[in-house]
Amino acid sequence: MKEVVIISGKGGTGKTSLTAAFAVLEGEDTVVADCDVDAADLHLLLAPEVIQTDDFYSGKMAVIDEEKCTNCGICEERCRFDALHFSRGQYRVDPLNCEGCGYCSLVCPENAIIMEEQNVGVWRISNTKAGNIMVDAALGIGAENSGKLVAKVKQEAKKIATEKGIDLILVDGSPGIGCPVISSLSGADFVVLVTEPTLSGLHDLKRVYELVKQFKIRAGCIINKFDINRLVAEQIREFLEEKQILYIASLPYNESFIHALTMGQTVVEYDHNELSRTVRESWNQVRQILKNDKK
Amino acid sequence: MKITVASGKGGTGKTTLATNLAHFLANSYRTTLADLDVEEPDSRLFLTGEPVGEKEIDKMVPEWIAEKCILCGDCQKRCNFNAVIQLNTIILVFPELCHSCYACSELCSESALPMKPQKIGTIEHVKINTLDVVEGRLDIGQEQAVPLISQTKGFVNALQPPPDFTIYDAPPGTSCPVIEATKGVDLVILVTEPTPFGLHDLKLAVETMRTIESDFAVVINRDGTGNDNVAHYCEKERIPVIAKIPNQRKIAELYSRGELIYTQVPEFKQQLQKIEQYIVEFRQGGAK
Repeated sequence: MKEVVIISGKGGTGKTSLTAAFAVLEGEDTVVADCDVDAADLHLLLAPEVIQTDDFYSGKMAVIDEEKCTNCGICEERCRFDALHFSRGQYRVDPLNCEGCGYCSLVCPENAIIMEEQNVGVWRISNTKAGNIMVDAALGIGAENSGKLVAKVKQEAKKIATEKGIDLILVDGSPGIGCPVISSLSGADFVVLVTEPTLSGLHDLKRVYELVKQFKIRAGCIINKFDINRLVAEQIREFLEEKQILYIASLPYNESFIHALTMGQTVVEYDHNELSRTVRESWNQVRQILKNDKK
Repeated sequence: MKITVASGKGGTGKTTLATNLAHFLANSYRTTLADLDVEEPDSRLFLTGEPVGEKEIDKMVPEWIAEKCILCGDCQKRCNFNAVIQLNTIILVFPELCHSCYACSELCSESALPMKPQKIGTIEHVKINTLDVVEGRLDIGQEQAVPLISQTKGFVNALQPPPDFTIYDAPPGTSCPVIEATKGVDLVILVTEPTPFGLHDLKLAVETMRTIESDFAVVINRDGTGNDNVAHYCEKERIPVIAKIPNQRKIAELYSRGELIYTQVPEFKQQLQKIEQYIVEFRQGGAK
């Protein structure tokens, strides 16, 4: 089984649009995992029919038993997260500040603080319009994106792929370089970096590649909107060459992506010309690399 | 007045708006811009100035002192984050998992786990004429952005004299780093784009703002592309749309070169003037 992760460092480079297009091209031969659990958008293009939804519990939160609490204030003294305050006659927990460390509960002389498991979101299994099985998730508001929900989505995708004998998992990664991305990357066989020729695009690509390198995963790169700035596009090509990252393709600045998106379609369904062909060829290249691996 | 520029979806133009707005406001007011997108800080690509200061940022993590330890195993039991593990006769500390709660350290009967600083990133402070720019930058491989965001805010709040306007450039999304970047500000400006992705992620951001009871307004970027659903949604929800930035290839090109937009695109400057008017009225308590 192979796992391909699509990431970008910077948002808005076309990562999800391309992941959805690859999912459509691959159809029932891939399980799709949307690991951008903070703002999962893949479902907007793949029209999934949800077949299973489950709550996800992770981390803990302090809850005060008001009957036992004597309002001594020791909890507030010890809390490093400013999560416990005396208000309206009673010590209370600020749920947005509580880190779930449990220190208050350990030091409470009355054992009045218990740590409760937190429901931080849901994860789902669906059938997409392209015939893929998709696993995605929705993180609760302000919940800690510790990477555990991302890990859960990937784990479920893997389980399904194993059961059904599907040998490819396509992962839409999350932005940034912090814990969710680290979780998205762990165990991947190949990373597709989607970037754009802007100074921020290049800057973020370099930072996220440092992370990919630490994981020793092979990487390829697609330059989206390459004609916005040919000079920076050239600098990206030089960076790829220097780091021996496979250059996959350049896509033009094209409103077709937005038109397709507005109609709930992927670009390979919407466009039947050059753009669509380049996206297909890009995916075939990645596919070929994975195939050669097996031999 | 403190304003956070945020968005559910990445790549909607947060940094473009934050940098241009801060630079524009600095023409008339004492202004500070703080880049809180510490995982991918990009503001300074658009604003190069004179360095004023730099500060290494640490978080506190326990350090095991073998000679003092009696291997009771209590630290492992007390840590809710699996950051302290006992392996036979060794205590292993995983700094990237540690949340700096101090429980293991302060409750250790032998004082064998004192807290020590560990570098997680850097804060840089530059000045462009009258504009102060402060950037938090997380070291690669560090997982937790929140401590660095909160320390960058602390750094900005300590600047003297206090600015008229502080603009925070937030990370994307709706999870804990965004909450940290919006905590305690007077107004949040949510930047979105008129596409199904933009609308979907805007709804999540709105829900977040309502949960934390923060005042917010919307700026629609790339107006003219996609469809009208974002505008309809805002109207229905009675969310003020304070500016609409037109979809222009020229803006995308200027952005790609790291240039300021408003000085070269009059339509963009007009929108900044509208935002200025809104926030000035808001500060006087007139707008809601």
